[in-house]
Amino acid sequence: MKIIAAMSGGVDSAVAAARAVEAGHEVIGVHLALAANPQKYRSGARGCCTIEDSHDARRAADKIGIPFYIWDMAEEFHDGVVENFLAEYAAGRTPNPCLRCNEKIKFAAVLDRAKAMGFDGVVTGHYARTEIGPMGKTLHRAVDPLKDQSYVLAVLTTEQINGAIFPLGDTEKVDIRIEAEARGLAVAQKPDSHDICFVPSGDNAGWLRDRLGSEVGPIVDQSGTKIGEHKGAYTYTIGQRKGLGLSVAAPDGSPRFVLKIEPVTNTVVVGAREELAVSKLFGEKTIWCGPSVGADPLRGFVQVRAHGAPLDCTYFFDGQRLIAELDEPLLGIANGQAMVIYDGDRVVGSATICESA
Amino acid sequence: MSVYLDHAATTPIFDVALDAMQIALRKVGNPSSLHTEGRSTRKDVEDARESIAKAIGCLASEVIFTGSGTEADNAAIKGLFWKSGKKVIVISSIEHHAVLDPARWLVEHEGAELIEIPVNKSGVIDLDFLRDLISKRGSEIALISVMHSNNETGVIQPIGDVVKLADDIPVHTDAVQSFTKAPLSYKDLGVTSMALSGHKVGGPLGIGALILRRAYEIPALLHGGGQEREIRSGTLNAPSIVAFAAAVASNQYRAEQVADLRERFESGLKTSVPDAYINGVSADRLPGIVNVTFPGTQSDSLLLLMDSESVSCSTGAACSAGVHRPSHVLLAMGHNEITAQSSLRFSLGANSTQADVDFALSVLPTVIARGRAANQK
Repeated sequence: MKIIAAMSGGVDSAVAAARAVEAGHEVIGVHLALAANPQKYRSGARGCCTIEDSHDARRAADKIGIPFYIWDMAEEFHDGVVENFLAEYAAGRTPNPCLRCNEKIKFAAVLDRAKAMGFDGVVTGHYARTEIGPMGKTLHRAVDPLKDQSYVLAVLTTEQINGAIFPLGDTEKVDIRIEAEARGLAVAQKPDSHDICFVPSGDNAGWLRDRLGSEVGPIVDQSGTKIGEHKGAYTYTIGQRKGLGLSVAAPDGSPRFVLKIEPVTNTVVVGAREELAVSKLFGEKTIWCGPSVGADPLRGFVQVRAHGAPLDCTYFFDGQRLIAELDEPLLGIANGQAMVIYDGDRVVGSATICESA
Repeated sequence: MSVYLDHAATTPIFDVALDAMQIALRKVGNPSSLHTEGRSTRKDVEDARESIAKAIGCLASEVIFTGSGTEADNAAIKGLFWKSGKKVIVISSIEHHAVLDPARWLVEHEGAELIEIPVNKSGVIDLDFLRDLISKRGSEIALISVMHSNNETGVIQPIGDVVKLADDIPVHTDAVQSFTKAPLSYKDLGVTSMALSGHKVGGPLGIGALILRRAYEIPALLHGGGQEREIRSGTLNAPSIVAFAAAVASNQYRAEQVADLRERFESGLKTSVPDAYINGVSADRLPGIVNVTFPGTQSDSLLLLMDSESVSCSTGAACSAGVHRPSHVLLAMGHNEITAQSSLRFSLGANSTQADVDFALSVLPTVIARGRAANQK
């Protein structure tokens, strides 16, 4: 096949491209320039859109022996990922920008462009597997549980999965580094990227404050009594305990947690830990990564964070919303998080949490 | 087959230049040394200087060898500015970055004021604007810099007219693209200074020349041994100088032949991609450059697709991260950001053939169709 290898400049995408070449594909390396004003130097290990990263990607392509180009996706990234991230926080939700990037950029803008240009698909360094069986090509967890990225890929439709190649899903990260070393790739020991690539400082709260302002508002308890003040509601997360700066103790002396963020009134609601517990999740904007699910309840797992644990649940689709009933209650769920349903290690689909009970 | 159509970026070194360079590289002797070896290398350098002077129509003493065309431009823009004691720098809006960026640097760091001469839709500078500007602010102008021909479109500029209007204001011209390809005489143009480059004319990389009027001294960028009229220090790069001169003296660039190929390409383009249009088509242009806008495409996709078909061409401008940016030249000619990023430059060289042109034309329809599909949002 003729495929585009999305190369971030990191070790994973470099090895993925090399493996695709070895598998007999005709591979062209592409680095996505996602920042309108790329920084000259990486700060720490963060970020994936610096000039140094594009240089690293180019050198990996040289070593592998494939052509290399840079695609400017800064506008698409800004509109589809960064703006969405801000809008979600402004609305009191907690988004995951990596999902949006996979949904809007890597397997949409890039895959569409690649197909239009006569390529068959896109290869990336994500840790996930695909299998071909009676249900067609399906998405599965990687063998390395610490690196598994199936959660952030659960926004891919069957068509997108058909155009995606994930060569690293069968290998543990530690072995990928060894393989990169053996292949002579200079990025073999390059640190992993962490956090959110467009917040190079790693200070999400500060980044949000700079863009959304820091309007002071009330912190209230569940009865609505004001017990403190916050500096910008969106810098808090559901379940947060530290950094609330409350001087008044709870009547029973127990610690208080953020229960709810109300953007319209700029209010943060706090309460006792038990109040955080939910046993039912409702999700909107459902995406099926394989066959769709109906109203008949099914047993499976739901995962609500990128590296969260899979939780036993019963799930079904009521025609509008994806609903998961948890066997054990869960603490600290924020609207905007993605709920990803697994059948064993197969990704069934995902939805954006809009309500929990 | 693979087809190289990016000769305006760099063109293959001529055999005569390579041969001359290999001989020179084996010789020992710093041209500034006084002994036998030094004198021998010095003789090679001075022969080369005279040869280049003859080709460009200047005195041998007016040739200052530099490390690149960019260095020659920088030396002229900064040197003429500092020498004048005046504040206004006038350049065309389509200058190469080698002129544009030092001019902007002088604005940021030395209090200069930069005025750009606009161009018309064909990419030719507006002489009325310049005339008006000189009549109003002539006494404040430190220098005027207008390129002899544009590197993206090949459009030739009326430098003779600029010099007449400028009167005693120094005029610099970046003639990197024109040298050996279009009629060019330093003496006849009457400019104060001119920039040339070796690797655009069949010579090696890393050698350029600043042609600067005799006895017209400007402050130096590089201080040291004072080798080149105290304006440019650094051990003379004898092998590259010799090869540069050999390439120029060989007269291998056949302008008429290249112009015929360009004509073949442009008329073929009309059939293969009927809605494509050539930028600067109605202006006087260099024989080897064709800048084409393909509506509904993005040039970086086109470049990838052409490259996959083994045809090398150029998108024009890229930023330091390698991201394609809309060309300031096309924007100055009235393009918007979208059409400016839907353009490719094809440039022919001394060794280009009909087969090259025909092959490029044969792959274009598929490439453009795919490029258009990739651009649908």
